Amino acid sequence: MAIADVKEYTHLTEADVEALGAEFDKIRERVEQARGAKDAAYIRRVIRTQRWMAAAARIGMIVSSPLDPKVRRPVLAASAISLGLAKILENMEIGHNVMHGQWDWMNDPEIHSSTWEWDTGQPAEQWKHSHNYIHHQFTNVLGFDNDIGYGVLRMAREQKWHPVNLGQPVYNALLAGLFQWGVALHDLDLEAIRKGKKDPQEMKRQLKQIAKKGRNQMFKDYVLYPALSGKEWKSTMKANVAANFMRNVWSYMIIFCGHFPDGALHFTEEELEDETRAEWYLRQILGTANFEGGKLLHIMSGNLGYQIEHHLFPDLVSNHYGEISPEIRALCDKYDIPYTTGPLHRQYGQVLRTIHKLALPNKFTKADGPRTDVEVEVEQSRQHRHEDRQQRRTELGGWSRSQASARG
Amino acid sequence: MTSDTKPPRSRVSWERVRRSADKLTTPLLPDDYLTLLNPLWSSRELRGRVERVIPETEDAATLVIRPGWGWRYDHRPGQYVGIGVSVEGKFHWRSYSVSSPPKRSGRTLSITVRAMPEGFLSDHLVNGLEPGTIVRLATPNGDFVLPDPPPARSLFLVGGSGITPVMAMLRTLDRRGTMGDVVLHYSSTTPERMIFRDELRRLHDKHESLTVHEWFSEESGIFGLAGLAEVVPDWAERETWACGPGPMLDSVEEHWEKHDLEDSLHLERFSLQLGGEGGEGGEITFQNSGKKVESDGATTVLESGEEAGVGMPYGCRMGICHTCTVTKISGTVRDLRNGDEYDQPNEQVQTCVTVPVGPCTLNI
Repeated sequence: MAIADVKEYTHLTEADVEALGAEFDKIRERVEQARGAKDAAYIRRVIRTQRWMAAAARIGMIVSSPLDPKVRRPVLAASAISLGLAKILENMEIGHNVMHGQWDWMNDPEIHSSTWEWDTGQPAEQWKHSHNYIHHQFTNVLGFDNDIGYGVLRMAREQKWHPVNLGQPVYNALLAGLFQWGVALHDLDLEAIRKGKKDPQEMKRQLKQIAKKGRNQMFKDYVLYPALSGKEWKSTMKANVAANFMRNVWSYMIIFCGHFPDGALHFTEEELEDETRAEWYLRQILGTANFEGGKLLHIMSGNLGYQIEHHLFPDLVSNHYGEISPEIRALCDKYDIPYTTGPLHRQYGQVLRTIHKLALPNKFTKADGPRTDVEVEVEQSRQHRHEDRQQRRTELGGWSRSQASARG
Repeated sequence: MTSDTKPPRSRVSWERVRRSADKLTTPLLPDDYLTLLNPLWSSRELRGRVERVIPETEDAATLVIRPGWGWRYDHRPGQYVGIGVSVEGKFHWRSYSVSSPPKRSGRTLSITVRAMPEGFLSDHLVNGLEPGTIVRLATPNGDFVLPDPPPARSLFLVGGSGITPVMAMLRTLDRRGTMGDVVLHYSSTTPERMIFRDELRRLHDKHESLTVHEWFSEESGIFGLAGLAEVVPDWAERETWACGPGPMLDSVEEHWEKHDLEDSLHLERFSLQLGGEGGEGGEITFQNSGKKVESDGATTVLESGEEAGVGMPYGCRMGICHTCTVTKISGTVRDLRNGDEYDQPNEQVQTCVTVPVGPCTLNI
């Protein structure tokens, strides 16, 4: 079941929805005004910390290689962990947020959405299209948002069941372990390729871009640094596998907790018809889930524990999400809109339950989420060009398709 | 250590070493890690460290800046550099004339800045910049320069802080021992506000052939060019450089044109003048291809670029997706949607919704 009209579902009048939207606009404006030296210092501190952690890890693996195993092993383990954490920090709090344009206001070309390239398999340009634009604009709209299962998993009851889905527990484990490569292929739009709807020329261009980026990533982690470690090349390689695995599983988990816990709802394409900005806000809240945790947990997850705040304001600096979150929650209470949140383990537990339940046809399982109004069944493919549906929203950040701007 | 102590040739190879190390740091560059050790060890964006802030007058100061990697000390005397300073977390850019002479062996460069009443950045540079601050730099630019060899007879007409590019020229003449027959006519409101007054006197003492006329407009009124022939009888035979406030330069330009001498006049307008009334449209220069196109006030920068055959990036063509954003190196553009003007150098502009206001240069 899905939502065809957010107003109707939330029993709000048009005036209420617009008033709520105006409240969000006000919060947005306030944070924009408040951005300043402290925020700039914050992102620079995070970047500096991340680079030191990465550098220390790489150096640790190399210099420990000729040492006695008693010394070498702990240094190697510490290095692997440091590298894994560095990659997590880079992908989550730095890369993801910089590419959203959250830090473009600093007017610093070194920390800018148009030039940032992140430490993972997917080229930044493709990420900005598949994530900033497709996912953030069409959040949880069935048939439009490829993040509902990434073309691999069946994550909504509305998605048509296929015997292939029986393998979901296995696909899920594979996706978690190899997440960076899953993400790397994301903008290719696996569904469209399966259906033969993908422009072959565009596919070739994208594959080339992915191959180039992927080659550099693999060469660095699995050839160059092991080679620099001499006889102990195997340990360095293992440490790098561990670091990448750590990052993959963590980012997989954080991202799955954003839209797949029970409270996050799905929408049909009718919702997109003449959707106003205020209704778009409302859809973001209904389709998204937060998780609770301490400050460190939030930084290590790129502040995506405040996924609702992030979806409302994708290009506002992430270090302010925590501070506006009580306000957003109070607004949701005031208008009687669900605000889905819970501890990380519970949120992820619900995700796992959904993955396993949806491996089977609907008749064998019961829905866990709140009841919605429309009974639909969709195939997970795009019926229309996205571009025809809605005007793009400025707050989603930039993405580029032309060679001229595919720099960096 | 490293590049600072090595002659220029080995610096080139050091850069090559660094470049080849980028397989280790991909997707970042080696410089992104080297800046952890020393903020100047990066040539990704030109940068410099403010070494000293020397007060010149009550409202003017010289910033002595040590540039980082990638800086070439080959500016020509009289040129200006862009300086980007982070204020409240955001980089703001301005251009200032370099007042130090070019020296290949040089370690620093100086710019002299006067705090303008309405200029928040100039005020910040003069009063708020601590030694040790890291600033961004843009390569030297401008054709208000001294030829090499310098002309036998020259005249410098200077008003207020217009002295800074001229100072670089005089210092170069002094250092190279090529001070010919030079007349400097320098007006300032009061003696206290006259920048470099002591140094000019020292230069005058050292070089007999350098004449310095000081003019204080608070006591003697604005200097009229009608009186120029009295002070510098042979002004018409001198190659002339003039730098100062807009009205002063306007009258200089007029005066030289009247005497049919505009070929021997060089002007530097150090305060940006917007194209006057209307002022929309202008010539757009595309830096990478060198293409130029004249654009009227109704054609967007993007359309003009496409007309000129430049491979402009574009997306929605309605100001929403930011795909078309490029860096504007200089000049002003106006946002057609709200009339906002973007006049900062090195600013990101959305080409699909902006039109040039006067000449501008884009980094594409």
